[in-house]
This record gives sequence, structure tokens and C-alpha cells, in this order.
Amino acid sequence: MLTRRLFLSDWGGMTVLVLLLAMVVLVPYANLVLPPESPWHLSTYWVALLGKFLTFALLALAIDLIWGYAGILSLGHGAFFGLGGYAMGMYLTRQIGDRGVYGNPELPDFMVFLSYESLPWYWWGFDMFWFAMLMVVLVPGLLALVFGWLAFRSRVTGVYFAIITQALVFALMLAFFRNEMGFGGNNGLTDFKDIIGFSVQARETRVALFAVSALVLIAAYIAARYIVTSRFGRVLIAVRDAESRARFSGYRVEHYKLWLFVFSAMLAGIAGALYVPQVGIINPGEFSPLRSIEAVLWVAVGGRGSLFGAIIGAFAVNGAKTWFTTAYPMVWLFALGALFVLVTVFLPRGLVGIFRRRRREGDA
Amino acid sequence: MSALRNVQTTMRRDRVFGFLQPEPDFALPVDTSHGTILYVDDVSVRFDGFLALNKLNLSIDQGELRCIIGPNGAGKTTMMDVITGKTRPDAGRVFFGQDIDLLNLDEYQIARGGIGRKFQKPTVFEALSVFDNLELSMASDKGAWKTLFHLLTPEQHTRIDEVLQIVGLEDQRARMAGALSHGQKQWLEIGMLLMQNPRVLLVDEPVAGMTGDETERTAELLVSLAGGHTVIVVEHDMAFVRSIARRVTVLHQGSVLAEGSMNQIQSDPKVVEVYLGEEA
Repeated sequence: MLTRRLFLSDWGGMTVLVLLLAMVVLVPYANLVLPPESPWHLSTYWVALLGKFLTFALLALAIDLIWGYAGILSLGHGAFFGLGGYAMGMYLTRQIGDRGVYGNPELPDFMVFLSYESLPWYWWGFDMFWFAMLMVVLVPGLLALVFGWLAFRSRVTGVYFAIITQALVFALMLAFFRNEMGFGGNNGLTDFKDIIGFSVQARETRVALFAVSALVLIAAYIAARYIVTSRFGRVLIAVRDAESRARFSGYRVEHYKLWLFVFSAMLAGIAGALYVPQVGIINPGEFSPLRSIEAVLWVAVGGRGSLFGAIIGAFAVNGAKTWFTTAYPMVWLFALGALFVLVTVFLPRGLVGIFRRRRREGDA
Repeated sequence: MSALRNVQTTMRRDRVFGFLQPEPDFALPVDTSHGTILYVDDVSVRFDGFLALNKLNLSIDQGELRCIIGPNGAGKTTMMDVITGKTRPDAGRVFFGQDIDLLNLDEYQIARGGIGRKFQKPTVFEALSVFDNLELSMASDKGAWKTLFHLLTPEQHTRIDEVLQIVGLEDQRARMAGALSHGQKQWLEIGMLLMQNPRVLLVDEPVAGMTGDETERTAELLVSLAGGHTVIVVEHDMAFVRSIARRVTVLHQGSVLAEGSMNQIQSDPKVVEVYLGEEA
């Protein structure tokens, strides 16, 4: 019954899930088992790159959930992604121990450099993996709860909401750039050594991080799919298309938006946490407003309001970006611009729109 | 000023603090012991200096079918906004039954409490099927957590089928609401109101843009609903009003100009001057 509800008539999502599962099996095989001479061998560089794309896809999924289904356009989801990333980065920094440049077992390098006496209170507990993982979801979730409660209660919607989310992410960037904040300032957190006892540089760890990212993405997709196929999901669509009608039907619209927003922020936080060990650094650049806008564009390119479209969009745009920036570095920005113009003009429903049958008509 | 008034309301000595009061329990029947279900008392609404409602007084009886007419800008829609909690009046009170003050409640509470509203422009959830539209409107626990795990019970299914039949959309149940004709959307919206089990239906221009045939069916539907429900219809179409009205209220410049049967209204010189005169 439940599986039918989740997967029936979601062939696109099924295809994407099957592809992801295939990646979980094939990528580690191609990297660890096949010898480097084999034409099918996948270098560790590619594993890390694909792993990074998976975390971007998770961020895109989080955005599509609120934008595609509840009409909440957040241009500041990088805030939650970055906070999740910082929580993971703090754990990884604490794992360095006395292997830093200054060899101080108590304080990270940048704190020694800035002559901190002791560890600030907000760093307490981050040497424990479980605590850090808790913070990965709690900190973004809490910020989304407070921010969303204020915004949705005052019925801030549409463009106005988008603008204040931009302000949010920009404020975070400025704050994290400050050395006094105690998060490494401009340089952020880097030079990580271990994650739960395994070296982050090791090939096996990278493959494991890749596999975990893929599995988390699959789980998040199924959870998101559960939400949008429930009555809750239909209420969201109702709110998106006719908010006052939903209100006069007896729904507390702001509660619905708020819970979805919090859930989406938590997904973005998890994406950030998976991103950091794979790229090896987290710095305030993640809070750059432009990054958040880019993430929304992945969803727009893939196709808003289908969930799996967001995953496709994240892979397509980032894949193109990787290829262009290595092959034709000068052209990338023009290519990106052209891509968005073409998609907006010719594919208003995104890449997914090409394959999707026009369902709205003709089911009578 | 409004802050001061909030403090004054909070500190009133004859009441417990508002936030300590339990939410009104609408599961109890609304107290209509004096026959009145809705009482609008001296309500004024001002928008940027423009007086949209000017000391409006209106009393609607339980089970009544009341038509409200008036020229554009007479305050008909503002009145509905006040009753359903969308607009807070600057002065006056609105009572549901004898003792429920609607001005203390939010839109969702008023909707759950039994006042349903149909908008002027038919507003349905266009990306959902007709069946889903009715399901979402159904009176049930509408908390976010409950709807996440909710499954439809057989009784609820039967109720939806009943309403589909009442509004004549049985054959359209799986169709996207956005693909319905204008008239069908109007009926669907009325059906959505019925799913809420309302005591009072506020219906704003139900026959705008309908064909003669559709208008007739809508008239039958609304007349059949009165009695069990209290129906308040705002309408421009005078022929339609004549065909359903027992009691008509004429609004003009935010207050009641005249009230009575259709014949009384039509022979009232004041009404003829401001409203009917233009059309006749």
C-alpha cells in the first residue's frame, strides 16, 4: 500500500533511485576493485567529485521540497547547508588534536594563532561524533524554526521572503568572516585528518563517504516523497496555489509552511555535513548569496516540483560546470547564462519537462 | 493606539486574560436559542480614510437564506472579510450564536467553527483532483502532524461521494480541478464548503459567469441548502436574487440602506435611487 503510494506513477523518481543504487555499487567497485590500467577504472578524484555532486543534489532536493510544493522560494538555503557544514567541520577540526602546526592538543591552530586561552563554550562537545551529528540537524533546524516562525506568522511570502532569506545568508557570511566569531574567520576550517578514526584522505574513506552520501540522498528522497504524497503534501499544493482558500478551509497555513521549512533546512544541513569531509574545507564562502541562488537554479534547470528533477538538475549543472571550467574556463559564465536563458525560454518545466507527459489534460 | 487598546483589553478586570481562556469549543452546538446565528453589531472598517463599512448592523437567523445586494463599493466583500476574520474592524463586534465573539478568532478557527466562505472568483485547488479538493476541505483534524499520517476512512469516503452527488460532479471526481469549466468550479467550491459541515455559508457571487441553465441549478442547490444551513448570498444578478430571495438586505456606502422582502425592496424609493434605478 505504502510502496504503491510512494512509487506508483513516479517512474522518473524510480529511474533516478535505481541509478543512484547502481552508483553505490559500481563506483566503489570501479575505484577499489578494478586495477588502474582498466578502462573502467574510476579515479579517486572522480569519486570525490561525484560525492560532492550528491551532496549538492541533496541540497537541491531540500529546496525543491519547499519551492516546488509549497511555493516558498528560499534564496538563502546556503545558510543551512553552511551551518551543517560548519558543525561537521568543527568535529573534524577537533579530531586533528595535537597534529596541528602548533601541536596544541586543546586548541585548533587558528585559536592558538589568535591567542585564545581556552576553547569557547560553543565548541564544547564537538569532539564527540554523535554530538556533532546532532548539531548538524539541530542548528539549521532551530534557525529555520525561529526565522520561519517570524516570517510565516507575519505572512511574508513570495519575493519578500526570498529577499529576507538573502539577507539571512549574507548576514551569516559577514558574521563568519569575523575572526572574533571563533570559527576560523576568512580561512574557515580545514586541514582535516580523521573522521570517526579513518583518515579523510584515504581512498577507502572517500569511497565510503560517497556511498553514505548516495544512501542518505536515497533516504531523503523517499522521505520527501512520503511527505508530498500524504495529505500533508496535498495541503502544501493547496497552499501554494490558493493560500487564502486553504486558510478559509480551516488550515493553519503558517504551521504547514514552518514544519516543511524546518525539515528542508535539516536536509540542507545534512548535505553540508556530507559535503565538508569530501572537499576538505568549510569557509564563509559557502554563505555567499550567489551560492544559494545557484542552488535554486539547479532546481529550476532540473524541473521544479518533481523532486527527482532537482537531483537531475544538480548533476547536470554541476557536471557542465566541471567540464566547462576545465575545458573552457573563460566560457563557463557565458555558458551558464545561456543555459538558464535556454531553459527558461524553451523548457519552462525544466529538463524533466522534456520527458514528462502533459498530465493535467486528459485524465478525465 | 492599537498597542494601548491591546493593553486595555488584556487588563480588563471583568475577564480572565485572553491567553488563559480556553479556545472556544465549536464541537458544542452554537447557541442559537434566540434564533440568531450571526449578529454584526455597529461594525466600521476604514481603509486609508475611506470608510468601507460604516456602523453596519446585521442580524441573520438560523437557517435563513439571505441575499445581500448593493452597488460596487457598498462594502459587501469587506463585510465577508470581517465575518471570516480576514479583516479586523476598527469598531464594532461580530457574534456567532449568542456568545462566540468572532473578532477574537483567526481565520482557521472561524472556518473550523462552522463558517464557510465561497470567494467571488471561484477558488479551488487547481493542481489537485476534484476528489482531493473535497477531501482537503473535509471537517477533520487539520493539524500538520495529523495530516502527515492520515488515511481516509470509509465514512469519510462516503461523505465525499455524497457531496459529489449534491453538486453534480460525480463523473468529474478524478479530473484536475483546473480543467473544470467555470460553472463546475463554482459548484466544486460550494461542495468544498459543504465538506466543512458549516453552520453558515457565505457565498460571494455564485452565478457570476454562469449560463442560464447553470444559474437555475445553482439556485435550486442554494435553496435546498437553506434550512439545514444558514446561507448568505452576495449577488449582482437581480433575476437570480429574485428567484431565490426571501429576505434581502441592501447595502450602500458601508451601511444597511433597506431590508425586507424583494417586493418591499423594489418599491423602496431610496433603493430605487441608488441601485435598482440604474439597472431598470
